[in-house]
This record gives sequence, C-alpha cells and structure tokens, in this order.
Amino acid sequence: MNGQTFMALLGRDVRVARRNFVRVVVLNLLQPMLFVFVFGQIMTRSGLMADSYKSLLLPGIIAISMVMSGIQAVAMPLIAEFQFTREIEDRLLAPINVRWLAVEKVVAGMVQAMVAGLVVIPTGWLMMSPGVDLSFRTPISFLLIALLVALFSSAGGLLLGCSVGQTEIGLMFSLVLAPLISFGCAYYPWSALKSFPILQKVVLLNPLVYASEGLRGSLVPQFPHLPVAVAMGALALIDLLILALGLIQFQKKAVS
Amino acid sequence: MSVGIRIQDLRKVYHTPPPMAARGAPLLPVGGRSRDKKKFEVVALDGVSLEVQPGEIFGLLGPNGAGKSTTVGILTTRSRPTSGQAWVGEYDVWNSRQQLAVKRLIGVVAQRPNLDYSLTAREILLFHGAYFGLGSAVCLKRAQELIEQFKLTEHADRMPLGFSGGLMQRLSIARAMMHDPEVLFLDEPSAGLDPQTRLLLWELVREYNRRGKTILLTTHNMEEADEVCHRIAIIDHGRIIALGNPKELKTSIAGAYLLRLRFSCTSPEFLRSLESLPGVREVRGADGGTDVYADRGGALIPEIVNMAAASQVEIHDVNISEPSLENFFLHHTGRSLRE
Repeated sequence: MNGQTFMALLGRDVRVARRNFVRVVVLNLLQPMLFVFVFGQIMTRSGLMADSYKSLLLPGIIAISMVMSGIQAVAMPLIAEFQFTREIEDRLLAPINVRWLAVEKVVAGMVQAMVAGLVVIPTGWLMMSPGVDLSFRTPISFLLIALLVALFSSAGGLLLGCSVGQTEIGLMFSLVLAPLISFGCAYYPWSALKSFPILQKVVLLNPLVYASEGLRGSLVPQFPHLPVAVAMGALALIDLLILALGLIQFQKKAVS
Repeated sequence: MSVGIRIQDLRKVYHTPPPMAARGAPLLPVGGRSRDKKKFEVVALDGVSLEVQPGEIFGLLGPNGAGKSTTVGILTTRSRPTSGQAWVGEYDVWNSRQQLAVKRLIGVVAQRPNLDYSLTAREILLFHGAYFGLGSAVCLKRAQELIEQFKLTEHADRMPLGFSGGLMQRLSIARAMMHDPEVLFLDEPSAGLDPQTRLLLWELVREYNRRGKTILLTTHNMEEADEVCHRIAIIDHGRIIALGNPKELKTSIAGAYLLRLRFSCTSPEFLRSLESLPGVREVRGADGGTDVYADRGGALIPEIVNMAAASQVEIHDVNISEPSLENFFLHHTGRSLRE
C-alpha cells in the first residue's frame, strides 16, 4: 500500500466532510433527536410508556444512527460518483491499488459513524433526562462493539453504493433499510420477540440485531440482551463478509 | 526521458453494456438471433496493435463507437482487455505488479468532465498532486503555475459545478498535468468547445509536448487530427484501417484532390478530353459545374485552361479542395466520419 496516497485520499474526504459540516450534523442528528423526543419524552411523560423505556431505547437509537450515517457517508457518494458525476475517476487513477480507495472510503465512513454514534449518547441523554440509566462500566467492550457497528455500516455502505443503481435509491431505502431497522431490535429487545418464535429466529440474520443488542449489553446491561460476546462474534463475521463482498463489487465498478 | 506506448492484438468484448465513456454509436449486440437475446456481446476492439513513439503527439481518429475510448480505457487501467497486451514505457499495464508504475507515468483527461465537485478548482489540483505524493510546497507552486497558464485565476477558488464546458475542460487538463506525467491521454479533448478554447487547448497540448511528453488523443474531428497530431491511426469498428502522418494518409489515395470547375458550356467530348489529362482520375458532372478528382491540384490548372481555350470554352470558376482526412475516411469505409 502507498501510505502517502492513502492519507491524501482520506484528507480529501475529511476536507469535504468539514465543508459540509452543518449538513452532516443535521443529517446525522436530526432523525435520532426527533425519535428520542417522541419516544423518550412524549410517550413516557404521557404515561403511554414506562420511564425505563428511555434507557432501553437509547442504545437502539445509537445503533440506528451509526448504521444510517455510515451508509449515508459511503453509499450515497459512491452511487453518485460512479454513475453520475464520475468524480471518483481521478482517485481511481491515483497511484494506489483501487482496493485501497475502497478501504479508505470504509475508514472515512467508520469515522463518521463513530462520531454519529458518540454524539447521540450525550444529546439523547440530555434530551431524555431524568431517568436515563447508562452504565459505562465496560468501556472496552462498548468501544469494540461500537467499532464493529461502525465497520458494518461503512462496509454495508460500500456494498450498497457499488450495487445499487441511481434509479434504485428509493428502493434501497424501502426494501433494505426499512426492514433492517424495523426488525433490528432497536426499539425493543430481542427477548421481546418471544411471542413471535419464527420471527425471533429470522431476525438473527439481521446485523442490526447484534448492533442493538451488543450496545444494549454494554450500556444498559440491566435489560435483557444477547450475550455481548455473541453479538461481537456475529458482527465480526458479518463485517468480514460484507467487506469482502463490498470490495469485490467496488472492483467491478472501478474496472470495466 | 520520453515514454512510448505499445499495444498488441488488443481485443475487448463487453458482455454488459460498456461504461458511458466508451459508449459512442448505438451498440448492437452481435449474433442477433432472437434466442440469444440474453447474451449481450459487443466487440469494441478487434485485434488492435500500434506503437506510439516517445515524445509524439498521436491521434486516434474515428467515428463514435469505433473503439477509441476503449483503447484509452485499457491503457489507463480503467478497462481490462479481453486479450492482448498494452505497455506504457516498459511497464505492462495489466500486470498487477506493474500497474502502479503505469499510473505514475500517465495523466488522463476523460471524455466527460469528472471533476471533484466537492472541492474548489485549486483544491482539485492540490489534492490531485497529493494523491501522487507531491509535497505541499511543490503542490501549491505547481497549482498556481497551472492556474495561470490555463487562465483559471479568477475561478481558482470557486467550486467547478457552475463552470462552463470550456472552463471544466481546462481545469481537467491542468489536473492531468499536475503530477507532470510523461504520457498524457486526452479523450475527445475538444468536443463541445468553442473555436477559441479549442485553439488555446491545442496550443497547451503542443507546449506540453515540446517538453518531451508523449500525448495520445482521440478525436472524431479531422481538423484536430490534422493540425495537432504528428501521426494518426484511423480506427473503425474496433480495427485500425490506416496509420501514418496526416499528410501521407491524405495523399495516399488516388484522386485525393477535388477540382470543382464551372465552364461556359461543356460537351461530352470536352469532358472526355479532361479525363485524358495525366493525373485525372474521374470527371463528374455536378450541378451547374464539373467535378474533377485528380492526383494533382493547382498544377493541373494550366493544362485545363489550355484545353478549354483550344475548345473555345470559357472557365468561369475554379475551386480546388486539398486532400482531406474526410475524403480518406470516405474512400476507405464508404461512410463519412460525421455519420
């Protein structure tokens, strides 16, 4: 690998993210904030939901926020750059194997996903307080889970960005992201699905389940959750698979 | 040290629709049997071999869809050949261990603008330099030089989204030159440009070439091929049909000069005697006048004048058209380049 070129490619993405800072913040924060307000304030204060739901919800919101921001940061530019603006062509000609450009995109996406996830914690906590009971007793496992979730979102962005046509973006949201989020155990713990035994098994194919449950296990262990080690293992496997597929797709797009 | 280009028996068959840049004329899948509908196959290059000398401006001339962009795509690491080989300098473009060395040697201006719309014009140059490992001081200096040379000063700190076609093209070429590549590829560099910008562009290309750089450009504009290129290859349906310097090619076909004459009156005998003049290949009556296809141009006029005087025919008008690449292409393919 050519380190200098890699850092310059990363530098370009940092420059662009900094230029679009306000847009990136709105994109990453608005949706989780609205959600936190509706479920964490309106629903709980009106008594429709128990106060403890706030703590149960926050890790799920973090997971969704991370997954969405990684996908937005990687998939959307890739779709446009490969198919419409062709902006990426100049970077494909840089003196580095094109696979490293894909890796650079994933790294940049991971940074964005981590920031999105970490920003939601204090904001959500402030917006929903009092009554949010987070535990930071296992910081390392939290960080590991967060990194694995960031990698999932970013590599997923790479795979989607290199597989989805420009005209299919709407379809990508309704066919891939909506079910992913609805059945991702973000708004409810996995154990809540026990009255839907088949669904409970099927959702185990959904990577977001491990993201939500893993974050729940490391931030709010007082609620039922899948073992953190299981979530980590499953996420690591899924990450590798998606990254490999994403790199193959990227290569196909880059070289005709 | 100048670097040349060599390609040998290059074939490229697309099984999915080719990328936009290589998509020229409507592509019809070969085969054509309705049962094979699912099998998409387009032969973009069909055994192309050629050599571009170090320090040469070489043109690939041909109609849309002839295979020009595909050739450039293969040489610039963007399109993998189905078979055959391509070298830039001593490096094999499709040998994975040598590809990075090729990338360092080449600069590419694509057919369609592909500027980084998230950066300003100056940043586009600076980041391009950084991708190639140039230090920031060198980058700043070189970017400023190119901005001045390409007359981009007042646009240097603007985003390129609102740029005109000419501005974008200038910036694209400046970017391709940023890392001072030994070989510059220009895919249809003047398509859609106004004549003034086109002249500026040709001058910039010549200037770069004077520094010993090799330039390969594709065009379907005969004037461009004729004016700028030292040598050209004429390419059609994925094959090279002629190769040489423009002047040689133009004069290589019999009857390349066209003399359009207008006489006071003509008779079949007079036309026959015109046809018997040495160097005249064909005489055709054209609306109101006579077209003479000949191997010579102006040198034929005194003889025609004498013959007309002898037959008591007055000459009202003479128009000599020089041999052109258009005539050449027409002669070899039966089609006009513009079709």
